[in-house]
Amino acid sequence: MSKTMEPDLHEPSTAIPRPQKEWKHPSDQWLRGFILDNRASLGTLGVFIVMMAVFMIANPTVFTTWYLYSSVLTTLPVALFVVVPLVFVVTCGEIDLSFPATMGFASWVFALVVQAGYDPFLGIAAALVTGILLGFLVGSLVVYGGLSSLIATLGMNFLLRGLIQIINEGKSMALTNLADSWAYKIFSSQVYGIPVQIFWAIAFVVLSAMLYNRHRFGAQVRVVGDNPDSAQQMGIDVKRVRVKVFVFVGIGAAIAGTFSVMINFTWWPTAGDGYLLPVLASVFVGGTPTWGGIGTVVGGAIGAVTVSFIQTGVVAAGLSGFYVQFFNGLIIILSLLGHKWNQARYR
Amino acid sequence: MAERIIELRDISKSYGQVYALGGVNLSVDRGEVVGLIGDNGAGKSTLIKILSGVVRPTSGEILVRGKAVTGWSAARSRDAGIETVFQDRALAVQQTIVRNIFMGRELTGFLGWLKVNKEIEEASRLMREIGFTSKVFTPQSIVGQLSGGERQGVAIARAIYKQAELIILDEPTTALSLTETAKVFHFVRQVRASGRSILFIGHNIHHVFDIADRFVVLDRGKVALTADRSEVKSAEDLINFMEDVAHPGGLAGLHDTGDAERAVR
Repeated sequence: MSKTMEPDLHEPSTAIPRPQKEWKHPSDQWLRGFILDNRASLGTLGVFIVMMAVFMIANPTVFTTWYLYSSVLTTLPVALFVVVPLVFVVTCGEIDLSFPATMGFASWVFALVVQAGYDPFLGIAAALVTGILLGFLVGSLVVYGGLSSLIATLGMNFLLRGLIQIINEGKSMALTNLADSWAYKIFSSQVYGIPVQIFWAIAFVVLSAMLYNRHRFGAQVRVVGDNPDSAQQMGIDVKRVRVKVFVFVGIGAAIAGTFSVMINFTWWPTAGDGYLLPVLASVFVGGTPTWGGIGTVVGGAIGAVTVSFIQTGVVAAGLSGFYVQFFNGLIIILSLLGHKWNQARYR
Repeated sequence: MAERIIELRDISKSYGQVYALGGVNLSVDRGEVVGLIGDNGAGKSTLIKILSGVVRPTSGEILVRGKAVTGWSAARSRDAGIETVFQDRALAVQQTIVRNIFMGRELTGFLGWLKVNKEIEEASRLMREIGFTSKVFTPQSIVGQLSGGERQGVAIARAIYKQAELIILDEPTTALSLTETAKVFHFVRQVRASGRSILFIGHNIHHVFDIADRFVVLDRGKVALTADRSEVKSAEDLINFMEDVAHPGGLAGLHDTGDAERAVR
């Protein structure tokens, strides 16, 4: 042994006893740990509660009627099915602006199958396959083509929407036979006055939250978004993970598009178009930061609830529709400022 | 003769017109500590990246336990029992210690669901094993909150999990305190005692000299010297040799140790 080494080299781990008791952390206290681990989604929940309180004070009668909630619960699920996969995309360090066109394209396939007289379940399957293929196409373009996801997905959104418009020449499709189908009863009816879509959306959110936090896919998405070089050095197929998140958006968009058609019994060539900005806002209002590596699925869902109540709430509170955009912006800015306090950035 | 864990034969790597490595032969046997030294730009980092599968060589052959491998990649390297502690530690700083230790090797059960409790258990066992424990962090702490030495501990814990046969330590003592450096050295001895191998890359020749069984000196993309411990009398020998390699013809005025050390740093 060389004499240049310090004497404490040899047995540092046994020299100082390390009882297991020392493994203590503030998060060992249950409540504090829960708040620390979920501060982003809890913050979003706080914003939502304050906003609803303001609306209720402004117009108590409207905000205690069920109709208002029923209408939000019908349209909110459509947004949830795309907000949640987008949390994965943003966590992975990418963005996907092509989901509105994917919604339109997948629901178009659904409408074609149903109109041709096939069972709507077959239509849903066809829409899902379309969503997966489009997600794979967009993802491959970004990942293997080495393109900026911001610009490439924006381009794909225009391209796919353009295709829909060219082929359909702006014409919509009415699907009157949908109302009698089993698929409609299962996915789009009401149970005790509650729109059944919301149950499916909640199940999707819960499953996705587990996928995000407790599955290899979620773990790898977070690591790739955090430090892609390290992920690659540790043998993770970074490109494959990135393509997978785009495929996930494709699946979510296909479900969302199909649900939106089932609500209206009609497919429009513009299906999905209005969702781009509210959905993106929901992700960031929900507390997922823009730089990747971390995010929250449940927060994103609460963000979607908040955003869908803004429009309904502003009008119902007695303000004119001109206030909607103003309040949208206000909530987004306030949420971002709030999350800035929450998010520690380590780079 | 001890089993040969890995062997590189005539490995070259060029980035466009620039040659980083030109025909390097290197092997590591079971249970030995190989010290790899060389000046900045000698090609050490490229060599490590090739061993760990992050970079593919332009030409040459890689043999694992005597068998030539094809389709060498980071995943294949880890499967072959080669773990690397990179100089930048390759940690995802916004994730927990657990997620970093099991990066790319998540403990999963049915359909890829994580065995969260098992991962936490294993992580705390590992951290305790290498002596990186603390009052203020648990396996579920965020790596970004840890000090440099603690982060190195996470990177080492990740490398020793699964009983790797060869651990590559790339400048493991850079930016570490004296006690933390001591811990790293203690760890190297532990690994050798357990019959596994280490490739130790260091800037500080005294550190490398203290710990290695065999020295490989890399100079401008080529192996300039391979020597057993018995052939080298002192760290100064190595330093003088590197100086000669770096400045053929000799720099007579530089031969007091202070200048020589500065020259190799």
